[in-house]
Amino acid sequence: MDFTYTSEQESLRDSVRRFVEREYGWEERFRIIRSADGVAPGHWATFAELGWLGAGLSEEAGGFGGGAIENALIAEELGRALVTEPFNAHVMATQLLAALPVDTASDLTAAIVMGEQRIIPALQEPAGRGDWRQVEARAIGTALTGTKSLVEGAMSADRLIVSARSKDGIALYLVDPHAEGVTLSPYRTLDNRRVADIHFADAPVTLLANGAVAETAIETAIDHGLLTLCGEALGIMDTALWATRDYLKVRKQFGTALGNFQALQHRMADMLIETEMTRSILLSALGAMEGDDPLPRTAAVSAAKVQASTGGLFVASQAIQLHGGIGVTEELNISHHYRRLYVIARQLGDVDLHLARFADATDQAAA
Amino acid sequence: MQSSYSEEDKAFRAEVRAFVEASLPADLARRGRYDYHPRREDQARWAAILATKGWSVPHWPIAYGGPDWTGVQRFIFEDEMRRAHAPTMDRIGPELVAPVLYTFGSEEQRQTYLPAIRTGQTFWAQGFSEPGSGSDLSSLRTRAVRDGDDYVVTGQKTWTTEGHHADMIFMLVRTNMEGKPQAGISALLIDLKNPGITRRPIWTIDEGLTVNEFFFDDVRVPVENLVGEEGAGWSYAKFLLGNERTASAEVPHTKRDITQLRAIAQVERKNGRPLIEDTTFRAKLARIEIDTMALETAVLRALTAASHGGGAIASLVKVRGSELRQRIADLADEALGDRGLALCLNPEGQHPMFDDGLTSPVPDHGIGIAAKAMFRRATTIYGGANEIQRTLIAKTVLEL
Repeated sequence: MDFTYTSEQESLRDSVRRFVEREYGWEERFRIIRSADGVAPGHWATFAELGWLGAGLSEEAGGFGGGAIENALIAEELGRALVTEPFNAHVMATQLLAALPVDTASDLTAAIVMGEQRIIPALQEPAGRGDWRQVEARAIGTALTGTKSLVEGAMSADRLIVSARSKDGIALYLVDPHAEGVTLSPYRTLDNRRVADIHFADAPVTLLANGAVAETAIETAIDHGLLTLCGEALGIMDTALWATRDYLKVRKQFGTALGNFQALQHRMADMLIETEMTRSILLSALGAMEGDDPLPRTAAVSAAKVQASTGGLFVASQAIQLHGGIGVTEELNISHHYRRLYVIARQLGDVDLHLARFADATDQAAA
Repeated sequence: MQSSYSEEDKAFRAEVRAFVEASLPADLARRGRYDYHPRREDQARWAAILATKGWSVPHWPIAYGGPDWTGVQRFIFEDEMRRAHAPTMDRIGPELVAPVLYTFGSEEQRQTYLPAIRTGQTFWAQGFSEPGSGSDLSSLRTRAVRDGDDYVVTGQKTWTTEGHHADMIFMLVRTNMEGKPQAGISALLIDLKNPGITRRPIWTIDEGLTVNEFFFDDVRVPVENLVGEEGAGWSYAKFLLGNERTASAEVPHTKRDITQLRAIAQVERKNGRPLIEDTTFRAKLARIEIDTMALETAVLRALTAASHGGGAIASLVKVRGSELRQRIADLADEALGDRGLALCLNPEGQHPMFDDGLTSPVPDHGIGIAAKAMFRRATTIYGGANEIQRTLIAKTVLEL
């Protein structure tokens, strides 16, 4: 076993880190989240230019030869600065297309990786509570009706990939968000991301895949999305942890640095343990992604999501607590670390859902 | 021993419930249910209504307009207020400043300030914390220098709760640089309209406004606004903070949140069935209910036997109560599913930090829940951080 990054992966990480340091300072992020779009114009083009949009995609699928590790690594670095660009949605879109054996898919992938097209998956519905397997949207022929929720990046999408029930089971459709019958209702989530609910009323759609092929592709895309979220969570946890450590070293109360209080030292130690457990289980799940057997992969990914969710909320809530009053202010980044981790803990399914998914996959693997 | 409510208590509850049902305006109840930071005029209106019945200041002595209730009656009153979604009342003036004034203030100060607090006409802020001082109040640096018949005040206060609604501020200032740091602190009453005072809002994690920062630049305050004796401010502050901590378990509010959560869980669905039927959810809710039952009894024990280790009980119910408040808010937000992740600005708010002009998809039964879940991160910090409370428990009860 070898848990060190390759030199290519190292340089990818450095490139994201440099971008974040140069282009995404705290003041700059504030300006971005208060703007109408919630993302900065031009950043996505930079992502494409620097090769990040294809870094986590195999060469056969039109990428630059990487995989889930590269995506998690990019997400971890973006997480450190709470970058609001919908990188996670991008990863799901490209992995979804890569899992589909149709020509349209590879043409689209090329455009996405170059940053020429923005394609966004819309796979969940309000009643599903993050469970992408609950699909009520319905397609009759090439007309789709239903509602998809919490679609990140919807406002800047050139195309949507939407799941819906068809006469052949769950199917995936390519949809033009500007077509008649498609209505976007944008809103802001707690973490200052811009998302939309999308309502379809007999909207014209193009079939991409249906049946087992579609369902497998969705599961694959979701697993990639989950790992990207875990990577992002790890970056946020690590940042919040060390910022809190630095604060305890300098902040004095009752004549001594807060870091001298044993109760607080133990709390920091627990925060470090949760962070390292998250890092470890993420690496284990990234390893499982390389296997051919879907059950261990499912179990490992859900396990990582559970740990990243509970560990992330623990670290972020304790970071607030240890900062005291300023921890709950809008001005300080700590409150935003919490808000993002709060959302990540529920995105693509909450802890309950992933505990059940882990248990089901483990049972099936043992049977 | 009688570990349940007496007949008198039950009759009292019925009386309170009947009055609140008959007197609480519907718009106040609606905003009370949303549970965003309260509006000043809502608090003022409700205080004026309660004052007609003599109920606006439950813990004050009769001499100043209080109803002379027992601790249990005050608890029942609060329970009924929360149950009916009445506005949460201003705490700073009635609960914190007023007891200091009627205990230590001059007769003139009592007559000038107490009636207007009782009827909701005057709102107060509390100027204790300063940047860098945190829980260690003895380190405060805002100075008041005597000049003729005035004190001249210079410095900065932070975490000034409801400062944007306040007319007056109860200030701790340093009047003496010599000797023990505690001994040089005095308490001043300052009109916030005085020249030289500027306010800056501090926006919190819920994008809401409740705390502020105040800057004092050569503010002239007449000497008759000194409370009690010069240099005795520290003991008044300790008296005041003791009152703050006793009420901090907030059991009635948590009970109300539980009722609200049950209602949400009957409407929200999981796997096509009402959420309330989901076994995982039921177990989490049950655990919160059990913890609340235990806490309620602990609070009632403290209220009926204030002399037996009352201070330590206040600390331990504060620790458990504040953590429960966070858990219940988080579970309510979880119950909302996707909708719990949407930011929902106060639809009747007065102080939006940033209006995105977007329409939130949150249904009426979910309004205010996410903001509450965010802001409740503060419950384990304010009123003496839980770390401080645990240290206090270890020292005073466990004698460690």
